[in-house]
Formats: sequence, C-alpha cells, structure tokens
Amino acid sequence: MSMETSLIELRERILAANAARAPLRLRGGGSKDFYGEALAGEVLDTRGHVGIIDYEPSELVITARCGTPLAEIEATLAQHGQCLPFEPPAFGDDTTIGGAVAAGLSGPRRAYAGAARDFVLGAHLVDAQGELLRFGGQVMKNVAGFDVSRLLCGSLGVLGLIAQVSLKVLPRPREEISLRFDADIADALATFHRWRAQPLPITATAWHDGAATVRLSGSPSALHAARATLGGAPLNDADARTWWLGLRDQTYGFFRDDNQPLWRLSLPATAPIDISGGDLIEWSGALRWLRSEAPAAEIRATASQLGGTAMLWRGARAASMFHPLSPIQLELHKRLKRQFDPHGIFNRGRLSAEF
Amino acid sequence: MPLAVALPKTAAQVREVLRVCHALQMPVVARGAGTGLSGGAMPCADGLVLSLAKLNRILELDPIACTARVEPGVRNLAVSEAAAPFGLYYAPDPSSQIACSIGGNVAENSGGVHCLKYGLTVHNVLGLRGYTIEGEEIVLGGGALDTPGLDLLALAIGSEGLLVVVTEVTLRLIPKPSVAQVVMASFDDVAKAGDAVAAIIAAGIIPAGLEMMDRKATVAVEPFVQAGYDLGAEAILLAESDGTAGEVADEVAEIERVLKAAGSTGCVVSQSEAERLRFWSGRKNAFPAAGRISPDYYCMDGTIPRKHLGRMLRAIEEMEKKYALRCMNVFHAGDGNLHPLILFDAHQEGEWDRADRFGADILALCVALGGTITGEHGVGIEKIGSMCVQFTPSEREAFFAIKRAFDADGLLNPGKAIPTLHRCAEFGRMHVHDGQLPFADLPRF
Repeated sequence: MSMETSLIELRERILAANAARAPLRLRGGGSKDFYGEALAGEVLDTRGHVGIIDYEPSELVITARCGTPLAEIEATLAQHGQCLPFEPPAFGDDTTIGGAVAAGLSGPRRAYAGAARDFVLGAHLVDAQGELLRFGGQVMKNVAGFDVSRLLCGSLGVLGLIAQVSLKVLPRPREEISLRFDADIADALATFHRWRAQPLPITATAWHDGAATVRLSGSPSALHAARATLGGAPLNDADARTWWLGLRDQTYGFFRDDNQPLWRLSLPATAPIDISGGDLIEWSGALRWLRSEAPAAEIRATASQLGGTAMLWRGARAASMFHPLSPIQLELHKRLKRQFDPHGIFNRGRLSAEF
Repeated sequence: MPLAVALPKTAAQVREVLRVCHALQMPVVARGAGTGLSGGAMPCADGLVLSLAKLNRILELDPIACTARVEPGVRNLAVSEAAAPFGLYYAPDPSSQIACSIGGNVAENSGGVHCLKYGLTVHNVLGLRGYTIEGEEIVLGGGALDTPGLDLLALAIGSEGLLVVVTEVTLRLIPKPSVAQVVMASFDDVAKAGDAVAAIIAAGIIPAGLEMMDRKATVAVEPFVQAGYDLGAEAILLAESDGTAGEVADEVAEIERVLKAAGSTGCVVSQSEAERLRFWSGRKNAFPAAGRISPDYYCMDGTIPRKHLGRMLRAIEEMEKKYALRCMNVFHAGDGNLHPLILFDAHQEGEWDRADRFGADILALCVALGGTITGEHGVGIEKIGSMCVQFTPSEREAFFAIKRAFDADGLLNPGKAIPTLHRCAEFGRMHVHDGQLPFADLPRF
C-alpha cells in the first residue's frame, strides 16, 4: 500500500522508537494534554499529516488524516449542512480529529445521539512494527473482522498511531431551541427522566445552580409541538449557543475554577443524588460533575456502588485520573497492549500506570 | 456433529462448562437461536455446543432508565413486546426478529431495516456480562454511558463468539414514535432509484427505513404476500418516516418531492398502519419468497458506498449471464447494504458451485468499490474465504492478536470469522481471477 510522505515520516519515527525501545508521546494540538494519567516520551506531532481525504455529503461519511484540525472538519461539514453528531469537545483551537477520536470524548448530545465511538466507521492504525492496518471502512454497516476502529476510539493512542479516521456524519438539525426552567436538582432529574421516556426531540439537558436547560432539535413542527408540551422560557440563539458550547468545550465558568478537584461521574441516569453537591449535571443525569475535596477512594466507592465510575478530571492529582479497572479487565488491557505494542512505546502510562 | 451439547440454565452453569472445557482444552461453540446466515454457530466435530437458549429470562425492565437487562436467549422481538406497555421498544430489528436471540444479535452486531436512523446492535447495547474461556467473569459497560479503559464492549459486539461468552445484556430502549408512514415509489430504472436514495440523504433527510427492491424481487414476493407492489416498475423504494404527527407530515411531503424530482414514476403514501405494514410485508418476506420460486437461494450481505448502487446492479446483471443463474436484489439502500439472493438448484450438477463463485464475485466487487464483504450477517464460516480479499495478512494478524489476548488457546468458536494464512492460500487457489494468481504476497504451502 502506498503511503503519503507525511505518514512515511511518522512511520520512520515509530520504527526508530520501537528499535530503540524509546517511548513516544503521540500528540496533535495538545489541547488534551491534561487528559490521561501521565505524559511520557518524545513528542510525535501528528499535525504534519493533515487533510480531508474524502467527503461526499450524500454518503454521510467524512475521511480525514489524523492531524486535520477539528475546526476545519466542522467548517467543511457545516458548508454542506452536516455535522459530527457527538459534538466532540474542543478544549482549545488546535484540537485535531485524531486527538478527538483517540480521546473518544463526546459533548452534550452524547446521551441522545450517541458517543464518538458510535460514529467511527473506520480507522487506519500504524502499529509498533510500522505496519499500516486498515479497519472498518467508509460504509455504514460493516461486520467483517473485529471492530478495531471502535476499539481505537478512546484508546488514547496506546495501541498505535491512529493515522486516519472515517466518521459517520448527519444533517444538522433544521431548527434548535433551548428552554430554561427554575428547578432544584431533584425536580430537574425527575423531569429529565420523564421526558426521556417520551418521543420528544431532546438533544441536550443540563442542570446547574437552580436552573434546568433543555435543547430541542429537529423539524419546526416537531419543535413547536414539543415546546407546547414542555413550557419553560426560551433562550435567545446567542445565549443558547454560548451555553451549550460552554458545556462542550468547558469554557463555562464552573469548569474554569481550579481551586477544588473536579470529578466527572459517569452514572446510570437514574442513580440517586446521594453524593451531595452534585454540582452540574448533563446527559439526563448520566454525567455528573462534582467539586469535592473528599478522598478519592470515598468518591470512587460511592460511584461504584451506584453502578458507575468516577474520573478525577481536573485539579491536584492525589489519585489516578481514571477509575481503576477490574482485575480481569486490566489483565485483558495488558495482553492487548503486549500484542499491539510489545515494547510499550506508544503513550506509555497514559491510560494506566500499569502499561 | 459436535462431541457434546450443554444446555445450561444459569450463568453459573455457563461458567462451570467453560472451566471444564478450558481444562480439557475442548473447543466451545456458543449458540443462540441458530438463525444466523453465515454459519457462525455451526458446531465443530471435536467440540462442545454451548446452547444459551435456556437463559431466556428478561431480568429487569426499567421504564424510567429506559433499559432492559436480559439473558442472551431472549428473542429480539420479545424485548419490544415487553417494553410496549411503557411506550418503549428495542430498535434493532433483523428480519428474523421473531426467532433470533439477543445473544446472537450481540455476536453478529445485527442490524435491520431501521438502522440508518437508530443504529446497529453496537449502538443499542449498554452493557454485557459474561465469561472468558477461563471462566473468569467479565463486565463490560452497564447502566452508565462511559466506562474507563479501552472500549472492550464495542470489541465484544460482533465478535462472533470468538472472544467471550455472554450471559447478560443491558439494552437501550427508546420511546416508540407516535406516528410512522411509508412512501412507496416506483422507478423505471434501477440506477435512477439508486440516485434517488442519494438525493433523499442529500436533502438532509434520514428516513427511519430506506429500502429498495428490484423487479425480480417484487415479482417474486407479490403473489406471496399481495403487498400491492408496482410490478411494472424496474425498482421500488420504500422510505419510512417516523416521529410526531407534524414531523412525519413535513418529512413525507419532502420525501415525495425529492423522489419525484429524482424521476419516480409513481408515489404512494401509506394511509393506515395496516397499509404501512402491508408495504413492508413484501420486503420482510423477500427471503421466504425466494425460497418459494427457487429450490435454493444464496443470500449475500455486502455493503458498498451508496453512490455505487447502480454500478453494482449492472455488474450483477452481467454475473447472472456469466454464471447462468438468476439473482433478485433487495437492499437496505439507505446504508448501502445489499442482499442479492442468488437462485439455484442444488440438485443440478454444478449449480451450487456456480452460485458460490457468483457470490464471491459480488463480495470481491463490494471490496473493490470501497465496501465490505458483510454488513450485518457476519463472516462465520461462509465468508471466511472472502476475508482474504478484504484484509491483508498483517490486518488478519492483528485480528489474531486480539483473539490471543482473550483466548490464547483458540478454544472459542475455532475456524470462524478470521481466516488463517493457510486458509487464505487455499481460497486463493480456488479463486484465480482473470488468470492472475491472487494474494501474491502470501507464502504458498
């Protein structure tokens, strides 16, 4: 298979690193340097390997090299009335599509439209031996071989360099409206859950500081009907945009204050509110942000008990970032790592201190 | 014939069976309802069949969380039936949904006619609980949306029983749309129908279902189900819209406008639920109809980029001449997933062999057009040769690397889904194309 010059250069660095057993730190724009356990090794900058390779709006697929800026992809899609439905967060202007997929994070729409991994159709991987491996493809349905492209989404680069990705895209909603309600946390959660079980065009929910906000997306008639059912006060378009982008990219004030550790709790949406101060809630209750000085072990034990996990998102790192894996999961992770990257050159220690 | 069959009733019994088999180094083939179309659950002679049919309880249905926790032997349709009183349903609806089991759906990452809008099994499963071949319990995903570490849940779904044995599945339920209507459009040319599919998508519409049948298919099913298909049309499209009443009215009008602009010779919109189901009945009965008009049929499952639908149909016509066999075409057109049904008679000398080569040609063309050899039926044993067309030796080695991480001794469903180098060399010998030796990069044995 022929390779572009920019990919050949990356591959040569990988081969040299593998031969020298020297760790590499795969990095795009670096907007998510904070995300992971540890940064180790010499930086392998992916931003030389750029460009949208293929995009035909009627195929609902975009294929791009890993170093392509997320902003370029979003602008290209917007020109054709389409979008990345999982609303990948951009924690800076330099976010690349490779980094977005490697991190696998999703924005406010995640609980309604799906996560990053749900929209990954294919990926190219360069492994530690410098082999270019193609998984998945550019089609909507593909069950040939194991679903490695989805495995790579959220892998934080520990299995190899994600050189190229193909993502499913969707039409942008014809219209959007955001409604705000005064509500305490319990009322807000109960309301979100009630709405969840009804055929309403909801694409985002949040609660913070005594107010619940809900976004509706779809055809004008669907929005009109839903608005009549839900009530609430509409936000103007600029405020609505600022609000949801503020949550997606964490530019909203709540996320900026780093005086107290910020915990990201992934819980069943219906988990009770027994961690006090559940400070900001998204995804109908499935994502809860918590500012707390409580010991990590205590927060994690509570999250586990509620059927979820707790990530130490920002703030002084007195514990691991990620919720610990079960022993069998950890063993499988180590075995997969050994198979793809026997000398541990890719993002060593980023996903777990154990590999 | 397998050496033995185990019919456990509980997850604990599944674990014990796996421990014993692991200790004895005996292959294990997990099996659900056996409705699969690629031989993925075919027993192996020196192994054990682990039937999960008796693990058939719906453990919990939570109408507030919109989830169902079920055992793998629960039938697909039974989930939606149980959820119906709460106005909820389970979206993936393979044609075999009255019989196929959730465990089998997980193994194959099954789709259905509504997956363009509502996704495949992988998009609708929140969590799995099961065992490794060593009998170690493993929990992947669950009630929460994000879990730490690598996405082993996505890896396990569609792994065709090669990685873990599943004993519990947490499914996402969604609210049933209040209204659904289907537009049935006729075309005097299959390529125009293919273009109309692209036009609908380009107009920003994601129909709940978007299916195409060619004339050979409509002629075969019409006497069987009286769906009211236009038998003069070279192809018909079925486009479904669902949602609130207003939303559906808007979308149906827009679909009709696009279809007419794309050259449809006639459009009919279902006016009642009975009529909507009647329009769909022909599509859903295409496979049995093929069985009615031909002693045997061979169902293919390739996926291609939508833009190549017309080209693929023309190529299939050429192949019909080349192999002197008929082929009727039904497609999940919205996602480019083709189900050509090659009609043959196994009692006629050489017909099965021709059908087999016809199928392999279609799949090779799917790959050449940028698609895949299987969209939703899985590789199993049937398409294992075609895997060599789609993946390089290094890519197949990566699949084996994953297999080794989960099942170092290769005991779970051996011989399925991922072909060995040797197997591909064998397939290569059978499949010399245009006089060129395929897979020149493979060592020969």
